Amino acid sequence: MAGDDNVLVRVDNLVKYFPVKAGGFIRRTVGQVHAVDDVSLVIERGKTLGLVGETGSGKSTLARCVAGLIPVTSGKVFFEGRDITNLSRRAMRPLRREVQMIFQDPYSSLNPRRRVGAIIGDPFAIHNIATGAERKRKVQELMERVGLNPEHYNRFPAEFSGGQRQRIGVARALALRPKLIICDEPVSALDVSIQAQVLNLLADLQQEFGLSYLFIAHDLEVVRHVSDKVAVMYLGRVGESAPKEALYGTPRHPYTVALLSAAPAADPDAAAARQRVILTGDVPSPIDPPPGCRFHRRCPKAQPICATEEPQLVPEGVSATSEANEPVGGNNHLTACHFPVAVGENLAAAGTRELA
Amino acid sequence: MTLLEVKDLNVSFPTADGVVRAVRGVSFDVEAGRTLGIVGESGSGKTVLTQTLLGLTPGADVSGAALFEGTDLLQLTPEKMRHVRGARIAVIFQDPLTSLHPLYRVGWQIAEMIRAHDKSVSKKEAAERSVELLRRVGIPKPETRVHDYPHQFSGGMRQRAMIAMALSLEPKLIIADEPTTALDATVQAQILDLLQRLQQDFGTALIMITHDLGVVADIADDVMVMYAGRAAEKAPKRDVFYRPHHPYTKGLLESIPSSSAAGSRLRPIPGTQPSLINLPSGCKFHPRCGYAFDKCAAEEPVLHLVGETGYHTSACWLPSAAIGLSVEAEELREEVARGHHGDAVAAEFGGAASDEGSVA
Repeated sequence: MAGDDNVLVRVDNLVKYFPVKAGGFIRRTVGQVHAVDDVSLVIERGKTLGLVGETGSGKSTLARCVAGLIPVTSGKVFFEGRDITNLSRRAMRPLRREVQMIFQDPYSSLNPRRRVGAIIGDPFAIHNIATGAERKRKVQELMERVGLNPEHYNRFPAEFSGGQRQRIGVARALALRPKLIICDEPVSALDVSIQAQVLNLLADLQQEFGLSYLFIAHDLEVVRHVSDKVAVMYLGRVGESAPKEALYGTPRHPYTVALLSAAPAADPDAAAARQRVILTGDVPSPIDPPPGCRFHRRCPKAQPICATEEPQLVPEGVSATSEANEPVGGNNHLTACHFPVAVGENLAAAGTRELA
Repeated sequence: MTLLEVKDLNVSFPTADGVVRAVRGVSFDVEAGRTLGIVGESGSGKTVLTQTLLGLTPGADVSGAALFEGTDLLQLTPEKMRHVRGARIAVIFQDPLTSLHPLYRVGWQIAEMIRAHDKSVSKKEAAERSVELLRRVGIPKPETRVHDYPHQFSGGMRQRAMIAMALSLEPKLIIADEPTTALDATVQAQILDLLQRLQQDFGTALIMITHDLGVVADIADDVMVMYAGRAAEKAPKRDVFYRPHHPYTKGLLESIPSSSAAGSRLRPIPGTQPSLINLPSGCKFHPRCGYAFDKCAAEEPVLHLVGETGYHTSACWLPSAAIGLSVEAEELREEVARGHHGDAVAAEFGGAASDEGSVA
């Protein structure tokens, strides 16, 4: 699979732990935050892999590992077949042209004291690509492409609205014509009408430049709209991954089912008719994740085996206790569950367990 | 029974840059036991509106009336308002971490709320009641959790604690200002479910302020859509979602990615919200509206009845037949926008629109 021309990024068994330090003078490591725990995925050329999950599920950490912004604990990241895991800063530099990021908060991801032209022009300066008048011309082209007025070259970020600021972030990410753009919650901070403008822009740019996206969001409808493949994360692991239609049409992991049923739809009749699976409790701490399946304490279908044996991510019909580990983002519908939800099964009726 | 009746409320803030006209001429009713959803984007005035009702906008110029159980909230002295706020009308804010005091135990904070309004309750009784309230809102092991500090609670639990506090004096009305925005989807579902159950048990009326149309679709009975400080459309929930009249409401609905249109292009509302200091003339939405015609830039429409239900009102110059998402309605809207149907507008609103008809 590494030699597959369609594969832009391949991640093998990626693990990222953050140490938890004790207070006091000698900062002993007293635990590990299991932010990402054994995740494998592929991102295809020109396609979008959507990553959904709640706060603390490890989506952003995974993205930062893929972008090479933080060192990984173990596992490998390949970009166009080349191992880029834990490269030195110098070795990483050419790669930074290929992989860019768009961040969630357009208020804190732009330096308030620098002019927009300088912010968007930074990639050119850092990589010694264009200077002077040529840089200005390139920046203004970019501004025009993302729907900003090029005459606003000398303005400060504070003079722009949230949606316009996010366009500045998009222009900056686009400057070096990357192959992959990692979008970390790019529209969560925006109002709905503005959100739609930015989503359309991202779709247009993908078409025009053949970009691949790793698109992170907690809004399931947004992810459905932009993605080709979707992976659902829970507490550092991927619970389910499938092509979009399969994941939304016939979800098999109980967590995916609950997440889909919990997402508010702007349709009163659908909201009234829906069998909502109300999960009890909160996401457990990633410092001390539950043994076995990480979801078992909140799962309406949990059985004794779920508490002891960790289910593997396997295609339909394969037992989750077997040792298969296919990367997420392929064409298969993969689920990490001992008792996947059958088509038509009513999980809401399975009874939500009362709080202890 | 009408619990709260807001009449022609105006709120503006004098600032160094000019007068910010946050709320302009908004009127609405809340019936006992029902839920009103107020939807709008950031800066639409939805939060200022409700905070003004509770006397939480010091320094603002306020006019209009807000009758709650017969008394005008806007005329109350700060001292009298203290007896209403919390006891009769409770508030749940968006961010439960900043609404709870970090240095006091959760149980103490709930008990304080009870004792602040009723000194006859002993400390012991108040403590017992806070345990009971935490149990009602689904906090596991409330006997021990009352002694926790807010940071020991998760986001969802903190919001449950805020709801417990809001319920502690059995208010007639709860104002929930984006109560689930900071929460994850599965926890949001828990909180909405809890609010609905408690509302039924206590017969409380609820004003739910949100930017999320999904939350409104789930929980509201009636919906008011706000734009630039004004009510654009006000109707029973199903009318707003299935038969919107105001182009802004329609635009909001079309901006949301939905399963039915997955993969296709979204139809965002062009442009951005106007500055509240420097509002456009006429209808405040006309610079972004795809159906705007001359009258829209000249005169500001007010809420008037559209549709057949008798409860559906919209502040838009389009004829009331241009309602809903059907092809015919769309054609009518476009015809009016091109100036062909000026007579239809004239017939409904009198004289002023007839000119446009002849122009085209």
